[in-house]
Amino acid sequence: MKRYSAFNLFRGGLDGHKSWTRAWRAPEPKAHYDVIIVGGGGHGLATAYYLAKVHGVKNVAVLERGWIGGGNIARNTTIVRSNYRLPELQAMLELSLKLWEGLGDELNYNLMFSQRGALFLGHSDSDMTRLAERGDALRCHGIDAELMTRGQVARLIPLLDMSPDARFPVYGGLIQKRGGTARHDAVAWGYARAADALGVDVIQNCEVTGLKIVGGKVVGVQTTRGDIGADRVGLCATGGSSKLAAMAGLKLPIECHNLQAFVSEPVKPMIDTVIMSQSIHCYISQSDKGEIVLGGDPDMYPTYAQRGMSMRIEEVAAQAIALVPALSRLRMLRSWAGTTDMSFDGSPIIGSTPVDELYLNAGWCYGGFKACPGSGWLYAHALAKGSSHPIAAPFSLERFETGALIDEAGVGPMPHHR
Amino acid sequence: MTGSRLARGGLIDRDQPIRFTFDGKRFTGFQGDTLASALLASGVKLFGRSFKYHRPRGVLSSGVEEPNALVSVGAGGRYEANTRATDVLIYDGMVARSQNRWPNLDFDIGAVNQWISRFIPAGFYYKTFFGGPKLWLLYEHFIRRAAGLGDAPTDVEVDAFDHRAAFCDVLVVGAGAAGLAAAKTAVDAGARVMLVDQDASLGGALLRDPATMDGQDSAAWIETIRGQIIESGGRVLTRTTAFGYWDHDLVTLAERRVESGQAPGPSGLVQRLWRVRAKRVLLATGAIERPLLFSGNDTPGVMLSGAVRTYINRYAVLPGRRTVIATCTDDAYLTALAIEAAGGEVVAMLDSRPEAVATSEIVRQAKAKFPVHFKAQPVRALGGKAGVTGLEAKVDGAVKPFACDLIATCGGFTPVAHLHMHAGGGLAFDDATGGFVPTAPRQNQISAGAAAGADGLDAILQDGWAAGAKAAGVAAPSPAPHAQSALPEASGRGVDYTPAEGVYLKTAFVDYQNDVTAADVDLAWREGYRAVEHLKRYTTLGMATDQGKTSNLVGLARLAKAEGRPMPEVGLTTFRPPYTPVTLATLAGEAVGVHVAPTRRLALHEVHAAKSPIWQPSGYWMRPRAFPSGSETLIEAALREARAVRNRVGITDVSTLAKFEIAGPDAAAFLERVCATTVAKLAVGRGRYTFMLREDGLVVDDGTVWRLDETRYLLTSSTGGADRMVAHLSYVRRILAPTLKVAVASVQEHWAGAAVAGPLARAVIAQTTGIEPPRHMSVIAAEIEGVPVKLLAASYSGERAFEVYAPSPRIAPVWTALDAAVRAEGGAVYGLEALELLRIEKGHVEVGAEIDGRRTPADLGLAKMLNPRGGFVGAAALQRPAFQAADRLSVVGLTSDGPIPEGSMLVELPEAPPQGHVTSGGMRLVGDPEGGGVALAMLKGGTARIGETLLAHSPTRGQTARVNIVSPHMYDPAGERYRD
Amino acid sequence: MMLIPCPHCGPRAAAEFTFERPIESIVTLDATPTEAVERLYTRENPRGPSWELWRHAYGCRGWIKLLRNTATHEIVDAAAIEGAA
Repeated sequence: MKRYSAFNLFRGGLDGHKSWTRAWRAPEPKAHYDVIIVGGGGHGLATAYYLAKVHGVKNVAVLERGWIGGGNIARNTTIVRSNYRLPELQAMLELSLKLWEGLGDELNYNLMFSQRGALFLGHSDSDMTRLAERGDALRCHGIDAELMTRGQVARLIPLLDMSPDARFPVYGGLIQKRGGTARHDAVAWGYARAADALGVDVIQNCEVTGLKIVGGKVVGVQTTRGDIGADRVGLCATGGSSKLAAMAGLKLPIECHNLQAFVSEPVKPMIDTVIMSQSIHCYISQSDKGEIVLGGDPDMYPTYAQRGMSMRIEEVAAQAIALVPALSRLRMLRSWAGTTDMSFDGSPIIGSTPVDELYLNAGWCYGGFKACPGSGWLYAHALAKGSSHPIAAPFSLERFETGALIDEAGVGPMPHHR
Repeated sequence: MTGSRLARGGLIDRDQPIRFTFDGKRFTGFQGDTLASALLASGVKLFGRSFKYHRPRGVLSSGVEEPNALVSVGAGGRYEANTRATDVLIYDGMVARSQNRWPNLDFDIGAVNQWISRFIPAGFYYKTFFGGPKLWLLYEHFIRRAAGLGDAPTDVEVDAFDHRAAFCDVLVVGAGAAGLAAAKTAVDAGARVMLVDQDASLGGALLRDPATMDGQDSAAWIETIRGQIIESGGRVLTRTTAFGYWDHDLVTLAERRVESGQAPGPSGLVQRLWRVRAKRVLLATGAIERPLLFSGNDTPGVMLSGAVRTYINRYAVLPGRRTVIATCTDDAYLTALAIEAAGGEVVAMLDSRPEAVATSEIVRQAKAKFPVHFKAQPVRALGGKAGVTGLEAKVDGAVKPFACDLIATCGGFTPVAHLHMHAGGGLAFDDATGGFVPTAPRQNQISAGAAAGADGLDAILQDGWAAGAKAAGVAAPSPAPHAQSALPEASGRGVDYTPAEGVYLKTAFVDYQNDVTAADVDLAWREGYRAVEHLKRYTTLGMATDQGKTSNLVGLARLAKAEGRPMPEVGLTTFRPPYTPVTLATLAGEAVGVHVAPTRRLALHEVHAAKSPIWQPSGYWMRPRAFPSGSETLIEAALREARAVRNRVGITDVSTLAKFEIAGPDAAAFLERVCATTVAKLAVGRGRYTFMLREDGLVVDDGTVWRLDETRYLLTSSTGGADRMVAHLSYVRRILAPTLKVAVASVQEHWAGAAVAGPLARAVIAQTTGIEPPRHMSVIAAEIEGVPVKLLAASYSGERAFEVYAPSPRIAPVWTALDAAVRAEGGAVYGLEALELLRIEKGHVEVGAEIDGRRTPADLGLAKMLNPRGGFVGAAALQRPAFQAADRLSVVGLTSDGPIPEGSMLVELPEAPPQGHVTSGGMRLVGDPEGGGVALAMLKGGTARIGETLLAHSPTRGQTARVNIVSPHMYDPAGERYRD
Repeated sequence: MMLIPCPHCGPRAAAEFTFERPIESIVTLDATPTEAVERLYTRENPRGPSWELWRHAYGCRGWIKLLRNTATHEIVDAAAIEGAA
């Protein structure tokens, strides 16, 4: 792996960039690996990296049916934060955020990780109390959270509608200054390159078509590129979790839904912070390219179509303009949708399954991007040690049976109520 | 060396001159001109600067595919950034400015990036800017200022946008020859037709290339069809772009009523979003010309050949005096003839094909007039910001220079298949066109004309005519129409993706706007970004505001070549809405200002408003929070009101509660499935507290149930859960227990209600109704001011209380009477804040506070009330081991000397992890010590810890209170205040 | 957006409906705890035709069973659930 640096970039400029090599190899699958990770998205590639880097487990393959990073790592709105309410989620996401903070340098791939702040707006006294509660819970767990007054919010985001008779008047906010955004594709590519450099085989265009199970234990996979043996298999493919689990005779607490997002044409800087709201579901940020990134509610029914209703986009546009009126004449340039693995308490599933040596990482709902490093790190722990790290332990598949749910929104098992 | 307005011809209206400014200079054009055509007519060459390298750019095209000529138009609330100069019509007073340059277009500091361009190829930023997040924030500050195109808007919207729905049998998208023919056959067959086109005029390529259509001059033919559609009750919309094709043949259109930055007409409407549900959608969206790859192909004065012809024929503008044309199709020969007819000089035709295959009539004619070179390709454009000065081309194996001030190129035509793809349709690669053509439709779309890969005007016309008939569900009528171009037929088929040898790839642009060169595509491939999506994301090819309309296939071809695989195997990125960018305000429509979300008002809204309360949003409801008198603060008012209830009497509006009438022989059985408590034992005229579980066993709502008569009950539940309860009751009734004989009706809005609470409440009720008030937990009928009311004796506040329900339209006199009686007893009206203080002290849990969707009945101290027979929603799932754990959060009361911050964490020490949190913060209203804090909280281990002290700690608010753990029933635990 | 064929009202825009749940997730009132957990917390989650319960919430408020393809959104079949609203 040729090191990325300003110096090497300069040298590249002198030789027409001819000496840059492939960021990751395209190896043929071996006959057997210690660990196979099914799914080459952000989480799967992060897992492979940490397996090799932290645990020295390098005889690993990541099998991706298409092109790596083609799932939700390519379709999210790039927000990174750890300011959730429930302690289990706080711990997991804070682990992730701490990894984010050194990740670009560690991977030697600029992830454009920008800690420009993730702000929740409050639109009533009741909102502000809820935000204070969230902030207090975070601070008591050592995670940064600060309340902001109306005036402070207005200074931070001058284009917010601060008028008292706005439909969503701004009372203040709760900010995590260490939160922000990152360049999503770079996360997949950065992890792939670093894992590859450590000896992991990143194998694209290789779809798992079956799991080989002998005596209640998984011993390998069948793929479009042949059978591959493994001591341990980790499923990590949002949108494919149910199908893959069914290959092992398992039915999961997962239902696939759809979430749309879109960007505007690029303009000069106008919004420096990530804006979210305690009561409206719209979120707004501006990418480094100048595009305004907008997202909101999902479509509320199961789908694999990666295509949504125009109505949702219209709602997001209306809410965004209500919050930041200056957005009115910008134009939607590009929209997309992703298939989300909705779990039945809104929290992810990381850990073992009833089938020996078969592990599962799934159910990230809409919150997977920020968790890439943490999820990968925890999943690597499980795959290396055969048991969950204490931070991952609450996210077991068994919790739905036992009732130890981690339901941040408190809305219960129906994904479309989330 | 300047472009010029031709003395005659064109479709502009020379009787209507238009004055506008560009970068502060005044110009004049004509009605019908785009900004691009008007500026070209005035000899302007330089229109903008590219995103990264700030290279000087002119106009490449004449349509929505324009990547270079992006301008800012309008001012204030009408300012629109990133407007394509080729896609905006000029209007009087238009103010346009170039973008992404400083201090001005001609002398742009950003141009230094060209000097370092070799060091900043595609994706360079992934390889540098290391040093940690803090350093990145510093780099980012400058990167963000360099990025972006137009200036950020700052003003609020001043005009209006709206939404309209439409339905039709056939929606025809595109009013070129194919679309018009299709519309005509469909109308002839009796179909209700809607015809839309993004242009200001119907006609498509007919506006550029004169022809005879079905025996008529094309303008007359177009007019006939338009008239026919309108007369038949159909609709014709121009300046209307179909930008998205959604599920089940819903197509969204963006109609521009005025141009960007222009003041609207009397309606105030700038744009309209149409939602069209069609039975069939006819996609006659045409094809977009491809540029060619050569060094400096982005120099001002290099234009698409069809665009040059459009400027000449439609706008009467000759963009250059001496033109070299480089092509791989016959179509560009039409441009040569047009240039000649306009008085320009065709210096040379460079045809990349071998002479043996270029044998059509038009080529033959051209060979007689101009120098035509075959197997010739452009290598390098000469010139700079002042425009092209020449072209070096490979001719007969050697590089020859040609002096010129305009280079017209044609690399073939790509069918516009975006909407087809939105609708899930399949695509197949067509070698002849070098692009993808629609194949199997997934929905009811039909593609026709150039969009379907048809070539030649006659073929396009017939294709449209047949498709229109198919869309209308009839056989294509005979005889088929014919088209005859004024000039010999010129095929648009041809492919030339491979640049000549010796082309300097670093200035051979694939994506003009994002400065992605052929060298960048090669670099991406070298580095392993070989999936077409990787190429796009790594280089940003196709991600500019033109969405890759001129670059996607050129990039794909180069990638396929590097891969050594055919283009269709490498694939195509997915097209998604919008086809062209759509203004956010258009998407929002009328949902602006107060209309972004509905507001629900109480029946007594005006009555309350007269007292100037502080309002509280409660979901969409607006409810009075407190009624401050004089200079009272919120908390002062709330304390006064709550103490009035404790000491005398108060009245509050409870209309928003969910209310349901449940009737039928099985009403009780039904309620015992919905509610987790018993109900059947209630005697007529009696009521009880109840709560409901979600299917997973957790408490989701609570309320009261009253037996009105043998088979009629009233169920009340929380305001916030009302909509959910409507759905839930319907679900239980229709799906879970369909054999029960019961009817359910929501009466939430039908009945308004007032609660009268306090030691003097009985007196108030007796006085206003004239009857003996019901005893606690009983319901009777009565009358107040002649209005029939239901009187329910229940206490939420902890004092003796009555809820009085009347039909909403008649609540006002009831309220007035009660309010007067309350005040006569020295009481007061109270709002939500006071209600909170009252119920918190009393220890009543509330939806949204203690009932947060994560609590079992035991957590809330309600386990004893569970119906032991089970059979209710949630009973089964409640039996899960984690729900019985001893260390669960469960409800307790807290007391303190001072205020207890709501939402604060319960900890032993400020640094320790929380063991619980304060769910409802209140104050001790009466008794000792008055003014002390009381609260309800969730605490691990709950009531087993009564007697302990903890801290209620709020680091975010800088508040900490020492609190005592007590039973939640902190006020009158025995209920002596209201028990009979 | 999808056109849902309401058996009472004819084809109406999906905005008038609420998706309620997949049929397989209905927990009957006499379900045992094991059955309840299984029905609530496991799903086939197919990429393809799936039987679902929808409600015409902003129309006739009737309940319908839809056989809908989760990959293409094609509505293969629709049936009313009888009884009053």
